[in-house]
This record gives sequence, C-alpha cells and structure tokens, in this order.
Amino acid sequence: MAAYVVRRVLVAIVMLFVMAFTVFALFFATPGDPALTSCGKYCTPEKLEGVRQMLGYDKPTTYQYAEFVKGVFVGRDYPVNDAYREALIANGNERLIIHCDAPCLGYSQRQASTVNELIGDAAPATFSLSVAAFALWIVVGITLGIIAAVNKGKWLDRILVGLTLVVYALPVFFIGNFFLQYVSIKWQLFPYPRYAPITDGIGPWFIGLVLPAITLALFFMAAYVRFTRAFVLEAMSEDYIRTARAKGLPSRQVLVKHGLRAALTPLVTMAGLDFAVLLAGAVITESVFNYQGLGLLAVRANQDQDLPVLIGLVLVAGTAVIVANIIVDILYAYIDPRVRLRK
Amino acid sequence: MTTRPFLSVENLSVQFPTPDGLVKATSGLSYSLERGKTLGIVGESGSGKSVSSSALLGLHRTSNALVSGEIWFDGTELLGLPENDMRQLRGNNVAMIFQDPLSAMHPYYTVGDQIAEAYRAHNEVTKKEARVRTIEMLSRVGIPQPDRRVDDYPHQFSGGMRQRAMIAMALINDPALLIADEPTTALDVTVQAQILDLLQDLQREFDTAIILITHDLGVIAEVADDVLVMYAGRAVEYGTTKQLLTRPAMPYTRGLIDSVPNVNDPLDRKLHPIPGNPPSLLNPHTGCPFFPRCEFSHLVPDNKCDTELPELVAISPGHLKRCHLPDASVLYGSANDYTPVTAIAERTGTR
Repeated sequence: MAAYVVRRVLVAIVMLFVMAFTVFALFFATPGDPALTSCGKYCTPEKLEGVRQMLGYDKPTTYQYAEFVKGVFVGRDYPVNDAYREALIANGNERLIIHCDAPCLGYSQRQASTVNELIGDAAPATFSLSVAAFALWIVVGITLGIIAAVNKGKWLDRILVGLTLVVYALPVFFIGNFFLQYVSIKWQLFPYPRYAPITDGIGPWFIGLVLPAITLALFFMAAYVRFTRAFVLEAMSEDYIRTARAKGLPSRQVLVKHGLRAALTPLVTMAGLDFAVLLAGAVITESVFNYQGLGLLAVRANQDQDLPVLIGLVLVAGTAVIVANIIVDILYAYIDPRVRLRK
Repeated sequence: MTTRPFLSVENLSVQFPTPDGLVKATSGLSYSLERGKTLGIVGESGSGKSVSSSALLGLHRTSNALVSGEIWFDGTELLGLPENDMRQLRGNNVAMIFQDPLSAMHPYYTVGDQIAEAYRAHNEVTKKEARVRTIEMLSRVGIPQPDRRVDDYPHQFSGGMRQRAMIAMALINDPALLIADEPTTALDVTVQAQILDLLQDLQREFDTAIILITHDLGVIAEVADDVLVMYAGRAVEYGTTKQLLTRPAMPYTRGLIDSVPNVNDPLDRKLHPIPGNPPSLLNPHTGCPFFPRCEFSHLVPDNKCDTELPELVAISPGHLKRCHLPDASVLYGSANDYTPVTAIAERTGTR
C-alpha cells in the first residue's frame, strides 16, 4: 500500500514537470513577442525594451525556462536582468525590486503584481464556491440518484429523471441570471449574493455563497442523479446481490451494504476529478455573480494575452487535477481490496 | 390430510412480460424431493431450470416475473408467503449456491465477513461467535488454515476454494434444502469431483435435500437420485437416474446422453451434438417443443409431433415422459449395442 502511494506521487511529480515544460514551450517558443503582449496599449520602443529586461524575455527560452523552474522551487526577483537590478540598487531604488517567493509562478507586468498574489487573491472565492457547490451536488445528487434507482420505473423515478433533463437543458448563465434578477432582486427572497471572505464571519460568507453555489451545482447535480441511478441499478443486478438476497439479508442491508458500496466506487473517481476541474474557476458562474475568482482572472488574462498569469493558472489547474487524481487513486485502493492487495 | 413430500413443486409456471410479449420461462412444472435425496435438473441454457429454482427462494420477487402454481416446503406453501417470512427461510432453511463463485461473492468484503453475514442474519449471535462458527464451517468444507483464510478477500481464493466458501456460506445454517445451480461448471475437472464429493459428504451429514441444476449428465450420473429433464420451460422426462440413463424415453434425453464424451470410447467416435437450437420461449411451438430438432418424429403417425403437445405420462412407476413416440425402445435398443447409455449407466451402478 505504501509503495503504491509512493509510486503514484512520483508519477505525479513527473507529470507536473512535463506539464510545466509543455505550457512554457507553447507560449514562449512560438512566433510572436511575449514582451509585446506584456507592454500594454501605449507601448513605446523604450517601454518594450524595459519589459524585456524586467521579465528576462531578451534571454534564450531555455534560460527563461530554467529561471522559471528555479522560481517555482526557490523564488526569484524582478527585474530578471541582473545589471538592471544592480542599477536600481545603486540608484537607491531598491524598493522597486519585486521579490517573488517560492513557488513563484511569474510576474504580470499588465497587472503590476506577481502571479502568486493575483491567484492568491482570487483563489478563496473560487475555492469557497467550489466546496459549497461540491457538497451540494454530491449530497443531493447522490441521494436523489439512489431514490430514483430504488423506485426504478415508478412515477418518482420518472419525475426525477425528467427533471434532470430539464436542468441539463438550462444553461448556467440562465439559471444564474434567473436567481439574480428574480429570486434576489425582484422577489427579494434572498439577499443579493456578494462574495464575503470567510474571515468576515461564517454567516455573510455562507449567505453570499448560496445562490452562486446552487447555480454551479445544479448542472452537476443533474448529472450525478443520472450516474448514481445507473451505477446503483448496475450494482443491484450483480450476482453478489442475488447471493446477498439468497442469504436472507433484509432488503435494506442488501441495498446499503452490498449495492451502494459497489455503486459509489466509480462516483469517487468522477467526483474527485470534477471537483479538481472546478478549482480552476467556474467562469460563467463567476461572471454572472461577479465573483472575483480564478475563472474571471483567467478570462481577463486571456483577453490581455497576459502570458505569465495564464501559465500560472494552467499550472495551478493542472496541479489540482493531478493531486485530485492521487487522492482518488488512494481512496480507490482503500475502497477496493483488489487494488490494495495487488502484488 | 395426505402427507406431502418434503418438497413438492406443483404446476409451477414462471412468466416474464416483455415488450415483445409474454416469455414463458417455465410452464406447468411439477416435481418432489425428500430429505437426504438429490434431484438433478438437466437442460440446455434457457430451458427454465434456473428460473424455476430461483422461484423456490422467492428471488424472482424483485423482478416482474409472474409466478403461479404451488411450492410446498416442509408443510408451508412458499409462493403466497409474506416477504418477511420468506426472508426468514432464505439462507436458513433453503440455501443456494451459484455457478460462478467469483461474481457471486462481493469483491469488497472478506470471505469470512460474507459467510458470517449469512449466520448473523438468522441467529442472535455476537460478531465473535459468528466468526468462530465461520472458521468452523471453512474448516469443514476443507479450506486449509481457515483461521487465516477467513480474512482473505474472494480474489485471493482459487476457484475451487471460492466454491467451497460458497458452500460453507450456504450450509452455515444447516439448511434442509440446498439448491446448487451449476456448482461445478466454472471449475477444473479435478476440482469438480472434489466439490461433488464434498456436497455428498455434507448431504449425508446433515440429511440435506439437494436440487442440482446442471447441463452435465456426467455429474447427474454421479450424484443424483432422480432426474428431471427440462426443455423449453417444460419437464420432458422425469424419473430415477437409472431409469433415465438406461431407458431414456424422450429423444431429447437420448440426445443429451449422446453428447457426453466418454473415455472408453474409441478415439475416432464422433460426438453427437443435438442439431439446431432451443426454441424461443416467446412464441412456443404448438406441438412438441422438441419437434423441430427431433430425429424420431417420423415414427409418430399423423404428424402429431408438429401439431399436438404431448402430455407428461407415466411409462413405468415413477418414470414420466412427454413424448408421442409409441415405443421408446427405439431410443436405446437392446442394452448391449448402445454404448454411451451403458457407459453412463455403469458409472451410476458403481455409486
């Protein structure tokens, strides 16, 4: 078991390196001048040169990659150019040197801020939203899925399955705007959702989260009702369910101990990966509710061609997926003895 | 009141409504069984042998099956029994073992846990007592180091050991009736013999009645007292093992006997498979269900096989056949010139 975990972690680290390299290569080893996109609207030749020196874009790509990796592990300083930095110190402008601590993901000239700060500011909103939506869709989705499976073919099942179709068909921006325009503004059933950090208190944080979290969760909830229903029905048709019934176990025990245990295993994999993907930002939900999260940060970085921010976000998103993968694999081994006891 | 046999199945029919119509899995099936005896039910896949036995345990109840007839078990009629009473019988008085012990066991729980569960479902015992009993049962079915293997998962057992564990699970509550649905089909030949021996030993010890469902006449010849041959959901021949193997009275039974390979045969003897396929249970043939595949129907006058379903009639005490053939002796001839029958019969004689 320990060897299994170690192996998974090693593989994950290799994957992260490959991912970082690929992303870097795609953005910096392609035609086009990365300095130009960082220079901004009113770019002069002098300013462009300054950006180059500042971010080290005048150096070969391999050197830039090495510096980038170094930054991730030990941190780095901007401007990248050593002579430039020394000149700043000599002129008594030391405060203009920007320290970016490890794991340094880069510096955004456009936003005059390190990528770490930008992501650090946006992450809590996205994380809160993801956790709330995740909890909601897992609890409600799986419960309704089990109810549908147990009542297969009856009216309750038909209604639930029909509803999932309706929810599937409604776009997220529609649901979000409906909540905003009607539930919150017109009918005043709920205070206008505004993100409040958890440091402001659990109450305001929670109230600000409810409508966006429901908006985000509904789509996944519909999917999970369907998946759970299918997995439970599949598990309940297995031979070992017949065995459990032939033993004379009460039907509740057959369902819960034998059926659900098997049915929920594939859901662990799905849930882990879906959650990880959400951590990269729920673009539409964040846009509708004006949540300053990673999704909106990514949208802005895309519009501005802000490469350092984009690379940082890709790495964060990729790391989330890879870490979730490891957690899922370990959970899986814990759940399934055939994985755990493999030689 | 007449005394009924220990198990008496009377006119049992199992039907499944489907979008294409009613599938008649079993029609008008009757048989009986006493304690300590073994009834072999033989037939091809889809002949209704498993379905009819599942009905004994009420396992059809979660499906949409329509079941009619009567099943009398130890003086109780099972088909009308409330679900909770039926559940009390399941795994306690009537137990079942299945064909593929790997898929019949839950992959996520230990073998011991799954066996103990059967014990705890019917006995007010602590976990510890159930475990002691489980280890005792594992030891009785011949699992080496049962106190260690009890904590293994099914995938850590070999096929034969898994089937032994299934038998331990089925017998842990000393059931009076054991239904074994193709218990040796998924196993190696050498292991098959061990499992059959084990079943017979345990049967002698507990005086269990066993219904052995199989398509293998070799297995039947070895362990069954009576044989019921099923075809297309109906009993086509029913009698003692000796009667059926030496004096088959229905061409289908003879076909099954012919399909059994025998080590004493000359190497170049061809196997005789029964031509054709089992009929659809959706739109049964109006005549004899076996008619389209029967090599002997030309011996019956007036094309009766094609138009009229034969009744199940007695040809000698305890030997019933569903066949229009006026003289069944064409099926076995004189006992000496029909080797497959005598070969299997010899094996029966040596029991």
